[in-house]
Amino acid sequence: MNKLVVSLSPHVHSGDSVAKNMYWVIAALVPALICSFISFGVGAIITTALSVVSCVFFEWAITKFIVKSDKCTVCDGSAALTGVLLAFNMPSNIAPWIVVLGAFFAIGVVKMTFGGLGCNLFNPALAARAFLLISFPVQMTTWPLAGQGFGSYLDAETGATPLALMSQAFKGDVNALNQLPDAWDMLIGNTGGCLGEVCALAMLLGLVILLVKKVITWHIPVSIIATVFVLTGILNLINPVQFANPVAEVLSGGLMLGAIFMATDYVTSPMCAKGQLVYGIAIGALTVIIRTFGAYPEGMSFAILIMNAFTPLINQNFKPKRFGEVPAKK
Amino acid sequence: MKTFRIGGVHPAENKLSAAEPIKVAELPKVAVYPMGQHIGAPAKPVVQKGDKVKVGTMIAEAGGFVSAPIFSGVSGTVLKVDTVVDASGYAKPAVYITVEGDEWEETIDRSETLVTLKDKPELTPEDIVNKIKAAGVVGMGGACFPTHVKLCPPPGAKPEWVIINAVECEPYLTADHRLMLEKADQILVGVDLLMKGGKVNKGFIGIEENKPDAIALLTEKAKASYPNIEIVPLKTKYPQGGEKQLIDAVVARQVPAPPAIPVNVGAIVQNVGTAYAVYEAVMKNKPLFERVVTVTGKSLAHPSNFLTRMGTPMSQLIDACGGLPADTGKVIGGGPMMGKALLNTEVPICKGSSGVLIMNETEARRGEAQPCIRCAKCVSACPMGLEPYLLATASSKQMWDKVEAEDITSCIECGSCQFTCPSHRPLLDNIRMGKQTVMGIIRSRQAAK
Amino acid sequence: MNVILIAVIVLAVLGFVLAGALYVMSKKFAVEEDPRIGQVAEVLPGANCGGCGFPGCGGMAAACVKAADAGSLEGLNCPVGGQATMEAIAGVLGMEVGASAPKLAVVRCNGTCANRPRTAVYDGVKSCRVAHTTCMGETACAYGCLGCGDCVAACQFGAIKMNPETGIPEVDATKCTSCGACAKACPRGIIEIRTVNGDNKDAFVVECVNKDKGAQAMKACAASCIGCKKCENACGSDAVHVEGNVAYINPEACTLCGQCFDACPRGTIASLSIKGINRKAIEKAAPKAAAPASGAAACAAPKAPSKEWKPIEIKYDAALLPSQQVLLAGPKDISNPAPAAKETTFEAKRTDAPLAPSQLILLGLK
Repeated sequence: MNKLVVSLSPHVHSGDSVAKNMYWVIAALVPALICSFISFGVGAIITTALSVVSCVFFEWAITKFIVKSDKCTVCDGSAALTGVLLAFNMPSNIAPWIVVLGAFFAIGVVKMTFGGLGCNLFNPALAARAFLLISFPVQMTTWPLAGQGFGSYLDAETGATPLALMSQAFKGDVNALNQLPDAWDMLIGNTGGCLGEVCALAMLLGLVILLVKKVITWHIPVSIIATVFVLTGILNLINPVQFANPVAEVLSGGLMLGAIFMATDYVTSPMCAKGQLVYGIAIGALTVIIRTFGAYPEGMSFAILIMNAFTPLINQNFKPKRFGEVPAKK
Repeated sequence: MKTFRIGGVHPAENKLSAAEPIKVAELPKVAVYPMGQHIGAPAKPVVQKGDKVKVGTMIAEAGGFVSAPIFSGVSGTVLKVDTVVDASGYAKPAVYITVEGDEWEETIDRSETLVTLKDKPELTPEDIVNKIKAAGVVGMGGACFPTHVKLCPPPGAKPEWVIINAVECEPYLTADHRLMLEKADQILVGVDLLMKGGKVNKGFIGIEENKPDAIALLTEKAKASYPNIEIVPLKTKYPQGGEKQLIDAVVARQVPAPPAIPVNVGAIVQNVGTAYAVYEAVMKNKPLFERVVTVTGKSLAHPSNFLTRMGTPMSQLIDACGGLPADTGKVIGGGPMMGKALLNTEVPICKGSSGVLIMNETEARRGEAQPCIRCAKCVSACPMGLEPYLLATASSKQMWDKVEAEDITSCIECGSCQFTCPSHRPLLDNIRMGKQTVMGIIRSRQAAK
Repeated sequence: MNVILIAVIVLAVLGFVLAGALYVMSKKFAVEEDPRIGQVAEVLPGANCGGCGFPGCGGMAAACVKAADAGSLEGLNCPVGGQATMEAIAGVLGMEVGASAPKLAVVRCNGTCANRPRTAVYDGVKSCRVAHTTCMGETACAYGCLGCGDCVAACQFGAIKMNPETGIPEVDATKCTSCGACAKACPRGIIEIRTVNGDNKDAFVVECVNKDKGAQAMKACAASCIGCKKCENACGSDAVHVEGNVAYINPEACTLCGQCFDACPRGTIASLSIKGINRKAIEKAAPKAAAPASGAAACAAPKAPSKEWKPIEIKYDAALLPSQQVLLAGPKDISNPAPAAKETTFEAKRTDAPLAPSQLILLGLK
């Protein structure tokens, strides 16, 4: 007879794994990738592929040559996911070397220096975006226009995005809001912007996939979107010329991408439902404040990074409801 | 459909032996009785080498109030008083009996006739509790808490209901399911006795919806003769069989954190197997020396349910199911979520052995642990509203003050967190160690006062 | 000109105001401390190892001053500085210390892979504390070393290392400061902080704590003590006694004559010195149940990572990373007063858990 294995209970496992979760998130991003290919052409695919390859390469190289571990950490898909998300935060016509630099910052600085998967304090893709945005403001905010054919890449024509128009409106341009594309165009992605910013419908499809596969819970995306909708709704009621309508605000820019894929990043978001709602509402509020009153037209990424820093504090102060805390009947 | 309100998981049910009628297992050649078959003080042997015993003879007396006597399930001669490796994984004192024939104590009523409370109206609650205590009945679900202690509530607590745990939420196990189908009348009498013994007027039997035949049968019989007993179908979810979860599911009351116990919210929870044992103890004068055991596993030729005498080595039951498969990697006493992995198959069947589960080499191995990705799946799975990721890490860092402040003592060790963890982290291993240490710290603090 | 004048005046005024504020603060919030504590702390090595049982050298200094006021420094010992440091402290405090015999951590188990056949495979957290709660272990001995290395992790001085060939930890007598962290970490109480003789650290030790009856102990391990009392009878100075089926040599009474070493039929009694451990070679054919050859083969697999045996190594458990500390601790803990740990009288109190320095800061323990 074999020697029996002894271990403590439980002796069965759900079969869930880190890799499964990561690959499902990547799968949920595929509809958006297809949409951005339709909008921006082959540049979208090239940028995404380059970003994924560089992220995976940096993770592999750092694990192998600096950490000197034999474990295959690239197989869990987290580096590839960071790559996709990073690409989704960039315009499709960005220079390749900026993509590689961003990937290095995301994996090498934000993720691996803190200890790799599960140990980073900030979302790697977003931190890299913030780094690139500050280092290369022109390249990062020169967005190609949608619908220039499938071959367009570095030579694509560029133009203003809905968010830039909203920002102009706040600064006093009374005609800016009239130039906004209508809600349908923004929903299907017929506007300019980053790869992941364009098609809100594809993002919502991704949300459905994530919820059905139980990769994430509804708390963070719903609280962010609802907060943005309510706050911009109030502003729009106060002054419709200066502030865009809430539907346009919710559908524009990286809000959907941020709310569904960025803010829900496991490592940097709070652990219990109450904390997640607080986190989501705070991100929504910060986004609206930065978008309307800040220097940058897009506030989502900064709002998430700020709240990432607050996540330990939220975890400390918002605990799940303990069993038996409040007796059901007095 | 009712269920408990916080957390929970749904493991693959794998009830392989649900359709197998209960078979009577053969007598062993040598029966072994460990002295610690229940929570509380171990029993003290009252027999010596060479003594003759019959089926139902007391071989060890209760070692205290929270304890229970142990009875021989076989007739024969005491071989030795030695030690045996039991389900705890350590050698414990035990009585060995060589089996000779099958001679029963005369006081035991071996007839099949059903005796109800109507036949014996003279039984007082005290009589019932004393008979249960004398027969060594303990919780048969696995925890093995002496039944008579639960029927004697501490001062200040007033029981309102008896809740029977018939959910059998552990995957693979079918012993309770079969018992309900084959001994429904006796179980209902047992519930009636428990209600009278605990001086309450209302009884519930909680059954998960994956046993529709048992729900239908018991509902029909209870309607006919026991208006005070209600059958409550429950949504299939683990760990519904946890005492606190079952109370929450059935009567929607949550037992506060320790040291509160279920009776503080008015509930006495007993396993369905216990109800049957109570019937036999009170109405048939039969002490607890046999029970239904599920022997199962995907690699086993014939997963079965056995009515077996205690003291039978598990290897004998496994042989009766077609023998131990060659690729066996793990043998578990109990279910896969809370059972104990055994060091060998010679471990005897005890009062709390609800099942024997065989796993092959692949199933036996845990996945490789990866770093925590803070996905919070353990937090949403925890039925006690705890934060397993935090408790496990802080325990492994030996931050005892921290884990105590985070209510580690509320953990019921159900394993839902580790079951659900995508990183395959050994959460419960660490939490259990932390909980035991913190309990020790609390005890020594109380002792110092 | 005006600009320079204004700048100078503003900076001067600012300087005076802030200096005044600093003066007021330092007077108002000054902490009264016995000056001797500082002086004692100067003498201590400053390693903050916790080997003395106090949280760092500061805690030790405070305890020394308190003990001196009470009249005696007995029971206090700096394992790192040793006798010289204690004498220096006594000098500072105007006390005298008696000479303390050198001590050494001794692993009282020789259940090596060759001696102790594996009967099961443990597949859980690589921690002795957890393995101890699981079952008796991978062998048939419920008292012996579990081999997961909690003692190795507890040692601040790198003095105890796991020998991959035997699966048993080995103490480096030159590095051991006898702080006792390993002894507290061992859930089975196998490691003893034992008085040894002279600078050579000589001692005779029974390398077994198995309380099972002889036959059972013999079956479990080829190097087990079977309680045969041959050593007890051989001892001329009443130092060796068998209690609960296991022999123990009282270091106070032992004269290092070596009679027990020669008398032991199992090679369980070992001779220790600073150079290492000397064991009697025993014909391994005698304990047939142990079957050293197959035992060794069975053991080699679990200890060396192979396809069959995968020890779960959680890299990030070795020490908390800075980010994990922030994530776990949060700001609340920073205000936690340190002495809270002292309240617990349970043996597994916090001092046995060496935390990373940064972790201590985060938890407010430093």
